[in-house]
Amino acid sequence: MRSPSLRALSIATAVAFCVSLSLVFFYAPIEAEEGFLQKIFYLHVPLAIVSLSGFVIGGLMAIAHLRTRDQRWDLRSYVVIHMSLIFGAAVLITGSIWARASWGHWWVWNEPTLVSFLIIFLLYATYQPLRFAIEDPERQARYASVFAITAGAFVPLNFMAVRLSASYVHPRVLGSSSNLPGPMMLTFFVSLGAMALLFATLCCYELAAKRTRILLKARSRILGFQ
Amino acid sequence: MSPPAHVRVGQPVHAPAGTAKVVLALLRKELLVELRTLESVPGMALFAVTTFVVFHFALNQNTVSGQEAAGILWVTLLFAAMLGVNRLFVADADQGGFDAFLLAPVDRSALLIAKALSLLTYLFVLELVAVPAFALLLLGPPLSQALPSLLAPLALGDLGVAAIGTLIAAMTVRTRARDLLGPMLTLPLLVPVVIGCARATAPLLQAGRAGSGTLPLRWLGTLALYDLVFGLIAYAVFDFLLED
Amino acid sequence: MTELAAQAAPGTLAEDRPIAVALDGLTRNYGERAALEDVSLALPAGATLVAFGPNGAGKTTLLRVLATLLRPHAGAVTVFETPLPQEAWRVRGRIGLLGHEPLLYRELTPRENLRYHARLHGVGEARVEEQLDAVSMTSRADEPVKTLSRGMVQRVAVARATLHDPELLLLDEPYANLDPAAIDLVEPLIGVGGDRSRPRTRVLTSHDPGRGLAEADVVLGLRGGRVSLLADAASVDPEEIAGLYR
Repeated sequence: MRSPSLRALSIATAVAFCVSLSLVFFYAPIEAEEGFLQKIFYLHVPLAIVSLSGFVIGGLMAIAHLRTRDQRWDLRSYVVIHMSLIFGAAVLITGSIWARASWGHWWVWNEPTLVSFLIIFLLYATYQPLRFAIEDPERQARYASVFAITAGAFVPLNFMAVRLSASYVHPRVLGSSSNLPGPMMLTFFVSLGAMALLFATLCCYELAAKRTRILLKARSRILGFQ
Repeated sequence: MSPPAHVRVGQPVHAPAGTAKVVLALLRKELLVELRTLESVPGMALFAVTTFVVFHFALNQNTVSGQEAAGILWVTLLFAAMLGVNRLFVADADQGGFDAFLLAPVDRSALLIAKALSLLTYLFVLELVAVPAFALLLLGPPLSQALPSLLAPLALGDLGVAAIGTLIAAMTVRTRARDLLGPMLTLPLLVPVVIGCARATAPLLQAGRAGSGTLPLRWLGTLALYDLVFGLIAYAVFDFLLED
Repeated sequence: MTELAAQAAPGTLAEDRPIAVALDGLTRNYGERAALEDVSLALPAGATLVAFGPNGAGKTTLLRVLATLLRPHAGAVTVFETPLPQEAWRVRGRIGLLGHEPLLYRELTPRENLRYHARLHGVGEARVEEQLDAVSMTSRADEPVKTLSRGMVQRVAVARATLHDPELLLLDEPYANLDPAAIDLVEPLIGVGGDRSRPRTRVLTSHDPGRGLAEADVVLGLRGGRVSLLADAASVDPEEIAGLYR
């Protein structure tokens, strides 16, 4: 069905990652203050950006679902949010490693991005329990969409609030992604592109797997009745 | 025997009710049920006071002030509010109240507004008990120095809790494990409210000041923005929770 | 495929009355199961439709769709010439539902419950008193519903369902929990009504072939969500109805 484009997407992702990793290890300069381990920045920040965008996109897809009542939008919304949650876990892990490397602690409260992520992760971690607590599939999809919209709107507000609350006495532990010198900027954007491709590919795979399972169930039910 | 007058199937006996009247009718019913059962408000208030006592032992301090005091006050109010949020739609879900409302020719947002208003009322009564109790049991500096300014973060925080609490309560009431799911969903969503309220209140509760500290407008602005955004979102999506 | 049965029982109702309820291929799913599948019928105003069928056949689902509580997943539903669910808000005030739940708050009294419903429907308080009197609950109107017997609760529920004098009455086994005296009491409220110029359209579910057939103008038999019998009551044999349950 969709295998040609899925294959093309996977190949593109693999290529993008090869390029990005080569840039990270061989092209991007070693950062003066933090050393080699700073390179985890090229993993952590793209993960964060892609994950956050995923949550917001999931919310937009949920709006489409409620407006069109088309269950396919709900499936897409579910997959995107699920994937963003997994990427979000990776954000927290890489962020923690980075914090340990630069600041000596496994967790820091002074990095607003990391802290916001923790809150958002905790929020979206309830998405699946919420879905599975509702038995009627149509109502489950509808309630999940309401949640996705509310949580999607929450993401930017939360970032704002946490950033405001961050202490201005301590400098930000993990460097910001602006004011980067040329080579770092290039590496960053290539990594971002690779991460986005990875996200899209994984989502497509999961969507395809789910659709197949739904088709199989429907077919077996029809066969069962005959 | 001639058929009784009420049997005549003649002119319709009603005119549809406007939204404000419906909200009032709903609110009246809510408060009447709460007054009869006393299920929410006494529990919330008692929980808050008990929590202050627990804090005293947990912190091993006689008084608190400043940011610490603000934090304790807001966390306690928040958790007590969760109790009220959990119970908000339970009577309706269990006794067919949703059906009764859905059958009526009224604007369905009226339910959201009425429930949020009743939650606000419960929070107001909760604070009438909890804030003086806090001043009595734990707060170092006198409450009078903080009081008029304290009303602003209290009000804005309450609005945020009411909007999100009502929405999430409606979402979780007809699910399994609704008592767990409710707080799990609501607490992360209310983190900005906690940030705003706790930071806004902290200067008001500073020890050793002749006059109260000034209210940081930045936090009030954040709270107001939050209330506005989530009030609008709740209004927009609520219908989808009710229909089947 | 069953055909539409738009005829009323001969001799009792005029032939050119408008269609109160029209269903065309109504389908409502529950997950992958069909609660109602491809249900079509047309019910003229003032007629009574009685639905029979075993539990799970879709009778309650049908009533809830007509009450605008459930949206159809496929097919068209038209009540009083208004399409549901898009314009459900237009007709809600003209429909009354008496389901399995009384829809009364147990902590409130019958009077308080009825007043609440009256306010929601824009009905005056005098009507509340009328209804309480009609079901002989005036003497117990100020005791909380939780203290009343099931029969009394059902009577108050009838009062609630007919409070706004609906033109379309949906009744899910209305005579359950009622003793014969109580049935006589509520009959005027949920019966066809005495005014021939504005007769009440009714859709009932029943498990009692004898009583159900007697009341019906049109008989609907549901089985597994599908229509297995749709005909004028006069032409239906009680045996056919019993057959639905086997």
